Amino acid sequence: MPGKLKAKIVAGRHLPVMDRASDLTDAFVEVKFGNTTFKTDVYPKSLNPQWNSEWFKFEVDDEDLQDEPLQITVLDHDTYSANDAIGKVYIDIDPLLCSEAATVISGWLPIYDTIHGIRGEINVLVKVDLFNDLNRFRQSSCGIKFFCTTSVPRCYRAVMVHGFVEELVVNEDPEYQWIDRIRTPRASNEARQRLIFLMSGELQRKIGLKVLEMGGNAVVGYLQCFDLEGESGLVVRAIGTACTLEKISTLPSTATQPSNSSPSKDMKEPVFGEEAPGVPLSSGPPTPLRAQTFSSFSPSKSYSRQSSSSDTELSLTPKTGMGSGGSAGKEAGPLKALLRQQTQSALEQREYPFFTLTSFPSGFLLHVGGVVSARSVKLLDRIHNPDEPETRDAWWEEIRQEIKSHVKALGCHAVVGYSESTSICEEVCILSASGTAAILSSRFMQDGSLDVEHRLSRQPVVFTSGADRVEGDMGSSASLGFEEVAPPGCGFCHIPYDELNIPFPAQLTYCYCCRRNKVPDVLFTTIDLPTEANVTGKGCLIQARLCRTKKKGQGEGNATAISNLLPFLEYELHTQLMNKLKLRGMNALFGLRIQISVGETMLLGLASATGVYLTALPSPGGIQIAGKTPSDITYEQHISNMQKKINDTIAKNKELFDVNPPEVVEEIIGSPIPEPRQRSRLFRSHSESSDEVSELDLSHGKKDTFVLEIDDTDAVEDIHALLTDSPTPPGFYSCNTEIMPGIQNWTSAIQMFTSVRVFRLNNANLTNQGLNKIFTDLCENLLKSFYFKLRSLTPCCLCHLNFTVAIPEDELIQVAVTAVAMSFDKDQALENGRHGGEKTQIKAIHENDEQLQFNLELNPDSTKGLADISGSHPSAKDRCSSWIEQLRLKAHTMRRGSIKTTSSLEKNSPLPEGRSRSLRSNRSYSGGSVAVVKMTPLSFIPGAKIIKYLGIINMFFIRETTSLREEGGVSGFLHSFIAEVFAMVRAHVAALGGNAVVSYSMKECVFMENPNKNQAQCLINVSGDAVIFVQESELEATSVQPQSATTQTSNGGEGT
Amino acid sequence: SVELDVFVGNTTIMDKEVYQLWLNGYTVNDAVKVRIDGGIMEECEASVEVLLSDTMDQYRTFQMCERLLHHPTKLANQLLFQIPPDRQAMLIERYYAFDDAFAREVLGKKLSKGTKKDLDDVSAKTNITLKSCRRQFDNFKRVFKVVEELKGPLVENIRQHFLLPDQLARDYAAVVFFANNRFETGKKKLQYLTFQDFALCAGQLINNWTLGAVDNMMEDMDVDLDKEFLQDLKELKILITDKDLLDQHKSLVCTALRGKTNVFTEMEANFKNLSRGLVNIAAKLINAKDVRDFFIDLVEKFIEPCRSDRWTSIDVNLYLTHYTNSAHILDTFKHHSVWTRYMGVIKSCILRMYHE
Repeated sequence: MPGKLKAKIVAGRHLPVMDRASDLTDAFVEVKFGNTTFKTDVYPKSLNPQWNSEWFKFEVDDEDLQDEPLQITVLDHDTYSANDAIGKVYIDIDPLLCSEAATVISGWLPIYDTIHGIRGEINVLVKVDLFNDLNRFRQSSCGIKFFCTTSVPRCYRAVMVHGFVEELVVNEDPEYQWIDRIRTPRASNEARQRLIFLMSGELQRKIGLKVLEMGGNAVVGYLQCFDLEGESGLVVRAIGTACTLEKISTLPSTATQPSNSSPSKDMKEPVFGEEAPGVPLSSGPPTPLRAQTFSSFSPSKSYSRQSSSSDTELSLTPKTGMGSGGSAGKEAGPLKALLRQQTQSALEQREYPFFTLTSFPSGFLLHVGGVVSARSVKLLDRIHNPDEPETRDAWWEEIRQEIKSHVKALGCHAVVGYSESTSICEEVCILSASGTAAILSSRFMQDGSLDVEHRLSRQPVVFTSGADRVEGDMGSSASLGFEEVAPPGCGFCHIPYDELNIPFPAQLTYCYCCRRNKVPDVLFTTIDLPTEANVTGKGCLIQARLCRTKKKGQGEGNATAISNLLPFLEYELHTQLMNKLKLRGMNALFGLRIQISVGETMLLGLASATGVYLTALPSPGGIQIAGKTPSDITYEQHISNMQKKINDTIAKNKELFDVNPPEVVEEIIGSPIPEPRQRSRLFRSHSESSDEVSELDLSHGKKDTFVLEIDDTDAVEDIHALLTDSPTPPGFYSCNTEIMPGIQNWTSAIQMFTSVRVFRLNNANLTNQGLNKIFTDLCENLLKSFYFKLRSLTPCCLCHLNFTVAIPEDELIQVAVTAVAMSFDKDQALENGRHGGEKTQIKAIHENDEQLQFNLELNPDSTKGLADISGSHPSAKDRCSSWIEQLRLKAHTMRRGSIKTTSSLEKNSPLPEGRSRSLRSNRSYSGGSVAVVKMTPLSFIPGAKIIKYLGIINMFFIRETTSLREEGGVSGFLHSFIAEVFAMVRAHVAALGGNAVVSYSMKECVFMENPNKNQAQCLINVSGDAVIFVQESELEATSVQPQSATTQTSNGGEGT
Repeated sequence: SVELDVFVGNTTIMDKEVYQLWLNGYTVNDAVKVRIDGGIMEECEASVEVLLSDTMDQYRTFQMCERLLHHPTKLANQLLFQIPPDRQAMLIERYYAFDDAFAREVLGKKLSKGTKKDLDDVSAKTNITLKSCRRQFDNFKRVFKVVEELKGPLVENIRQHFLLPDQLARDYAAVVFFANNRFETGKKKLQYLTFQDFALCAGQLINNWTLGAVDNMMEDMDVDLDKEFLQDLKELKILITDKDLLDQHKSLVCTALRGKTNVFTEMEANFKNLSRGLVNIAAKLINAKDVRDFFIDLVEKFIEPCRSDRWTSIDVNLYLTHYTNSAHILDTFKHHSVWTRYMGVIKSCILRMYHE
């Protein structure tokens, strides 16, 4: 018996009235885990029942602990008829299985019903006793930590990065089972919610097993997705990066991280730079230096076009033997799954040198080749045996293989920032995968798995073809040499491929930072901007949007038609991106995400990325328009007008984003080689149009400007679209990445939000242009709305703007956006470049010292100052842990405080029993009875330090209504549902003892409506990492809290 | 056309200006117009669509919050909306704020369905939207229902149950007190009085004439007048029924006033009338019916005569001060504490109600 799960039902509040006659409720609770159910007593006639139950104990296998959620059902007792369900709470107990995560779940959780939404709250306590020792632990995958965060989580350091893990499980969708015809919508929704919970748990456990096999202890960048395939079933799949993480336990290294400046930089570097074991970076600027003495930055490049949907064949029959994963046998059932796990051993994993991480320990990412992507169109067929998901497996293997071949072509050996997605419409499914080809350092890799040297020698083919030629050594020397030489600010930009064997048209120049290596003219990537990268000016969100009509079709014909459209779609998106990038005077894209959504009569393409000016890359030329019929004078005028507009826009943008003020470039870069030519070029490219070409030619031999030929209406439209992107209003910046270059001094004010819009195409016969316009306006208007709504936060930056498009019905376009608005301190923002950054860093460190001492005073035995600790004093560790313990208790206090306040409030509520005198001094709402939980799609919280990861939050909800009008129409319905989802996420995080969710994302928002029937249904899947953070200002406030409160609560809350 | 449009923040975003428009009962379209007229479009480079979308979103949010606002204490421990405490306070305060003009119309009326039906008249008269009138009326009713049954100080009860700032709680106390005692305020002669005039009087009555005023640990309510006190007031009749006492009182007051006012002659001439008026009011208060007429009586029996003789407020103050004090010097007058308790309130009320 490996584990004992214990649950206690304390109380309920704000319950709905279930008995109309008495306006009260006779509530009781069923607690179910696996097949065991316990019940509390009925608490009669109250909307605020106090059950105070015994501890319900479940003795279970740890496999079940991982797979099953604890299911709590609140019911209204009815003597004469069936008991009415009020609602349910599903509790994922996974965080309790890991010793480093949460220890108890305790707090008010919303009671949720799929038809009525939140109906009151229930206070529960849940604990797990694992009997196993360490050995036992290792045999199950309990204890493997999961993180949605796509970088090494703060307060951990990566000892080893093992590599790619993936898994998928399939099942029949309960919504499509025959039984659905006879059961209530509620029952059906609940079956679905429960099933997905189970499948997620199973998936996580299986992935955990793989990680164990690889010798890791954590999955970072865990990305789980659902494919609602309708009739053919339900697929839950996940990918991630297996790592061995080690908790950073010494106080100094964490404490000295200034939280003021861009946190990812500061947190990561001490961790990796100083403490990472293994080969020291020979080139390696010692850590303090890395704090950006090198401000130049050089890129490598490029976008691989060849990647696009080359896969047009329809594999209606599963191809087995693709890679090695498909080799699975035909045995059914769990045996099969086991087999699959085994065959996909560590060896096979190496076949996919993929990493879901988007930012890396410094020194890990050596070179970036460019974006690689692959798509394929498939026809869905019924999954006959849920235990044999090999069809889906094979599909993904194909795609991954294709990605791999692209990577090789780019002279790289790994993919970073890797992700997979699908779009489904009826029986057609587009599978997409994309990432960034890269060369990684072997430092964090297991011997033999992804060791750079090793790999290169094993695969000489890649490099030898080019190796003999001029720069022939680049390949191999790169592998070793780069690591030593490449300066961190520009090294990743240097091309990894052979100059004479470029896989796509590109223009190479010497790096503008180090002048030693070649860089491409433009670089596209799916990763975050490396913190050490040298950037000029600020970045901005760049989007390419595209709609293409297609004929309605069925089966293979339809799939083929879609396949044929895809390359054009991607090409146009790429062109748009390129144009918009140049229009902003920038030369690189980060966080590129291309989404293609398929509908019955159209395809939608949305590419989002953050444009920046990498100092290492050449300045982009302007955009020149060339007309085809120069004879016509009015036409010429028209063209020159447009040209002028474009040039003006470029000039404006450069100013707006601080792109390349020449003196800054020089000073900061400290570039040894002055480049007057570059500068003049910069100036000219936006000053005049006619002689631009010749001048540029002089400066650079090859084409520098991007020539747009206006040869048809499409091109005119394209140019028009270029110029209609409305500029961000003053005080606002936007990006879809974690960090905004050029802004560092964030304040602690953040506002996460989700916005959804659905547009109905009223005119059935829209042209491509018309559709494009609608789609573009839809996205632009959304952004405008954000700017308006968040105007009180300015100056601020909308970070991690994540757009998701869908075509829920024939004539509907849905756009969902989740992002966070973070305000920053303007004065310091104006201070340019690294200097400002450094200053804040120093200041922050200073502040931190003070806090540290202050906190240590709480512990009687630690009287010494910081110096002692940083000198790795033997007791430092103890102190640290007790310090953290303190904070944890404080977190508990907050929660417990809420309970107290609440109960007093209840007594005071105008119920009949409230006869007594109501003068109570403790009744003050400013006491804040509900703990604030911050949410952010980023991996950090500005101005704060994450001190503990409590576990992954992965929640799936369905909401349905049959009284749409009464709930305020579709907007009212969805508005309250999203608010409810937020509330449930916050409540569960608070119950884990946390005060924030980082790396939050809404991965699914499927909305269906039937206004005629007054019905609507929505499915939402959200995920993130629950954490405890401490804010500088809070550090003081909380430590002042009376000790008595702390002890009290800990007794009350955890004593049992 | 945009069919669905929502924006949900982890911290609920609420614009004070839009909230006020919502409270004022504007439709979404009217609210957008008001915002446009306020110049927000130029200020923020926003378009009409953006404004419309934002206004709709906020209106929806407010509607969802409204049921919580009905029980303000719930707002602090609900989980659905994450609202910073200062915002919560703002929401509550503004939701419960009311227009004096509206309150003046409803003051002293029974807070019943019948009254609610007549709100369209009130709306037309006060130029406050019907929607807003209904909200204000429902607030009155809700507060009334909750505190009606509670023991203890009225203002404090209101403040604690509805988390209102002190002044607003006092105003509600006045509304509740008036509704409970059904004071007549609608007569033509009373039309010149504002809500704040009445609110001050209500405060005086609550603080001095209710049972809670004497002993706030008593198991009785603040909303009703102290019956015992009303009974005692009958004893004051001796001041006018005993001829000697009346004359003595008059001469004391006149001696004190001589030479200090321009209207001495009128004061002297009217003394008996005025004194009879005030004492009669006191003596009748034991009857609920006469309690209702308290304010009209004050106006008819005291304020109007003074006004017709062109007394200034200073004159009134002077007169009432001496009138009150002189009674204590009277040999045979024994009811000093009742007299003080009665006249203190009367003086404050009259002074407030005396508009020159």
